[in-house]
Amino acid sequence: MRVVSLLAPSVAYLLVMFVFPFAYGVLLSLRPKGGGVSLANYVAFFLDPWQARTIWVTASIAVPNTLLTVLLALIVAYAMRGGIWLERTITTMLVLPIALGTVLVAEGINGFYGPKGWLNQALLSLGLAEPTRLTHNYTGVMLALFVQHFPFCFLMLLGYISGIDPALEASARVLGAGPWAVFRRVMWPLIAPGVAIAGALVFVMNFGVFPSAVLVGQPAGATRTIAIAAYQEAFEHYDMSMASAIAVVMGVCQLAGLAVILFLRRRMAGTGVATMGAGKR
Amino acid sequence: MRGRLWRLAVFLFVVGFVLNLAGVVGHVLVSSLARRWFATPLPGALTTEWYAYAWREFQLDQVLGVTLTVAGTVTAAALVLGFPAAYLLARHDFRGKGPLLLLFFLPLLVPQMTYGIPLATTLYRYRIGGTVAGVIAANLVPMLPLAIFVLLPFVEQISVSLEWAARVHGATRLGVVRRVIVPLALPGLLTAGLLVLVNTVANFELTFLLSGAGSQTLVVALYYAVFAAGMRPIYSVDAMAVIYMAVVLAVLVLALRLVRPTQMVFRLDRRD
Amino acid sequence: MITSLAFRLTKRFGAKVVLDDLALEVRGREFVTVLGPSGCGKSTALNLLAGLTQPTRGEIRLDGVRIDGLPPERRGFGMVFQNYALFPHLTVGANVAFGLVLRGRGKAEIAERVRRMLELVRLTGFADRYPGQLSGGQQQRVAIARALAVEPRVLLLDEPLSNLDAKLRLEMRGEIKRLHADLGLTSIYVTHDQAEALSLSDRIVILRDGRVIQAGTPAEIHDRPQTVFVADFMGYRNFFPLTVASEEGDTVLARAGALALRGRTVVPLRPGDAAVAAVRPEDVETTTEPPGPNVVRGTVRLTEYLGREHGVEVALEGGPTLTVRLAHPVTVGSALALRLPPERVVILPAEDGAR
Ligand SMILES: Nc1ncnc2c1ncn2[C@@H]1O[C@H](COP(=O)(O)OP(=O)(O)OP(=O)(O)O)[C@@H](O)[C@H]1O
Ligand SMILES: [Mg+2]
Repeated sequence: MRVVSLLAPSVAYLLVMFVFPFAYGVLLSLRPKGGGVSLANYVAFFLDPWQARTIWVTASIAVPNTLLTVLLALIVAYAMRGGIWLERTITTMLVLPIALGTVLVAEGINGFYGPKGWLNQALLSLGLAEPTRLTHNYTGVMLALFVQHFPFCFLMLLGYISGIDPALEASARVLGAGPWAVFRRVMWPLIAPGVAIAGALVFVMNFGVFPSAVLVGQPAGATRTIAIAAYQEAFEHYDMSMASAIAVVMGVCQLAGLAVILFLRRRMAGTGVATMGAGKR
Repeated sequence: MRGRLWRLAVFLFVVGFVLNLAGVVGHVLVSSLARRWFATPLPGALTTEWYAYAWREFQLDQVLGVTLTVAGTVTAAALVLGFPAAYLLARHDFRGKGPLLLLFFLPLLVPQMTYGIPLATTLYRYRIGGTVAGVIAANLVPMLPLAIFVLLPFVEQISVSLEWAARVHGATRLGVVRRVIVPLALPGLLTAGLLVLVNTVANFELTFLLSGAGSQTLVVALYYAVFAAGMRPIYSVDAMAVIYMAVVLAVLVLALRLVRPTQMVFRLDRRD
Repeated sequence: MITSLAFRLTKRFGAKVVLDDLALEVRGREFVTVLGPSGCGKSTALNLLAGLTQPTRGEIRLDGVRIDGLPPERRGFGMVFQNYALFPHLTVGANVAFGLVLRGRGKAEIAERVRRMLELVRLTGFADRYPGQLSGGQQQRVAIARALAVEPRVLLLDEPLSNLDAKLRLEMRGEIKRLHADLGLTSIYVTHDQAEALSLSDRIVILRDGRVIQAGTPAEIHDRPQTVFVADFMGYRNFFPLTVASEEGDTVLARAGALALRGRTVVPLRPGDAAVAAVRPEDVETTTEPPGPNVVRGTVRLTEYLGREHGVEVALEGGPTLTVRLAHPVTVGSALALRLPPERVVILPAEDGAR
């Protein structure tokens, strides 16, 4: 077929540059530095508390941050569904941290939230607080991720929610549903798939956190995430095999998170519809 | 009444968030212009000398050159490879289209740190890692799918009957592409191009893993400068940050003339 | 069963007045149609009644009790939306049950009522389908069943037939009329289709730029339009600007150049007034009478086969064109003498900017 040849370059590129390295990485992770084919890398990773701990460290950042981000983004996007004052300006402002990227946001947070930054100055002059340490620790990473991912999640949900026909809400109101019932019985079932996807994306990004964890966090301690561990193996110890193994572990954790989110979404959608006396779609 | 309070709370939160953003960006801006700044609301004296300093010390001419080369090449390649693919995906249904879309979607979904390490391993093995070519090749992995997914709806909305009409009136297949499809898809190409451009300039992880001395883009250079804070005055690091910001904003402003902010993130399609 | 719904509403969006003191009293079991061109404020009026938007000024009374402070869910109305607004995540049955579930009715009662409603709109057996699996007409009927299931005090319908094809539109029109009568409903129906309005209503209210232009029974509106705007809406296709020459009771003679027409007035006119004569194409007949008032001559310029009759455009001596319907074919270029029966000619005051 001649038309299919239009696709060939793109597909070939992704096969060579995405699928092949992935496969190569998995195979490489099974051929540890010492030689032979074994699971030695994985065993070593899980037996070394310094390494294995990174999973817990990453999860303790990624999970609460995802929940907070999605919840707040959902509330704000839902409240703004009918359009609001200065909407375009606000949404444009919110694109900024996404476009500027992690490194710049990290540098800005170090300054603004830092011990000598405007925030601490303001708190001090109000007599509200001692200088609080907000950067180069767990809080700093949480802040940086939230500043990045809240706008991302919000814009995604806003686009999704404003695609819902406003007449659905209107007809539910006329039929006797109050604001809460409208959300619970009409809007939530329609929004839930979008929230699940947004949540999944945010979680996956949170779990791969690297620059923020280094620049605003404490990369040698409290915020040594799994991505940092993989990076160090690759570019500080030059153990590509071990680095690949850690990358595989990271990918598996991300997949597990996705699976949990999709499972939750199924459960919730199930109950939402069931109370209305209808089967699952 | 409850509804009012609720909306007020949401509004205050949004204002707070925007203020916090302004603080984050504003701090960098003010700091880059400060002669010295230490625990005061504003610095005592202002200067622009840190820009000259940063330009010299961080070799920004060379870094900017690499950044523009990388971003320009990636954008061109993503459009050239992506447009035919988007056209085919928009026009034809065939077996295996689902898995194919998944293949295109995965590089956008999987975080770059996860596939960047094996990709870097592979590319270093073949001695492409650490070069400008390696940075370009790696960045194209997520940017090609991005271009395809941005282009897809634009191509979909070009009516097939326009192509038929052109054929009936004597255009060859190639003529149809040149005279009908490309001109009509121009807004899409422009949008996709700008989005790929801004994303490539700001793309950190893959570039970071693949670049060596001489193939760093602006973000990566900025990362190293922030990472090694203390080696050079923080004001000069912030001056570099501002230069980076200016580059991103220049492209972003153009991009936002074409797309709504909500389109800058993943498009979630609803199917009722 | 309500005895009356009375309202008087003004709505502004910014500086734009969309409804200007729209007042109406609807009796129980009455079918009132609000008829008007696109953008005249019909949907706005319904949304205000339902409580979906807040009026700038005004009040709504149901049996004398003010309800304009109530949120939509506590007004007890039913509403059918232009695009149906069926909940895509719920089955047909669950859509119809929606309002009943929120009113806390028992399971058995709900099931029974849903069954009855679906029977009423002839959709028995569709309860487990999703809206996406239905045709336009079926979705339409689900929307009606959903609105009726809660036994609304007032049923509001916003151009419910505008998305259907011509044949289905006729069918559903009959259906709505039957349901209204059988269930003893009080309905307010919004449309821009005069045929729908004439066939369904007890009373028609004609709206233009947020103001009531004329209200009355279908026959009144149809036969006695008070303005050129209403006449145009009601199918008067021929309009001739004239000057009133003489009046006797409710008929006047008006002329312009060679054209002299005698006709009925709805609004009193005096000699010298600028007027417009309006005639429907189907009211014009061929004649053998000699020239005189209400008899005109012209040349056939265009003919159009319409099935049962022929549409003919006649260029009159002296310039104007007359559109008529004739039972027999005529050839282009032939001469015709036509009579415009005085009892069928309506002479209206001229208005600025109209026609
Ligand atoms: N939220 C709004 N803000 C500003 N103007 C509005 C708003 N809603 C409606 N309008 C204006 O009010 C006028 C009446 O609108 P409405 O929807 O009631 O018209 P309609 O008679 O229902 O028209 P259609 O037959 O096309 O449905 C229009 O000119 C419209 O532009
Ligand atoms: Mg309307």
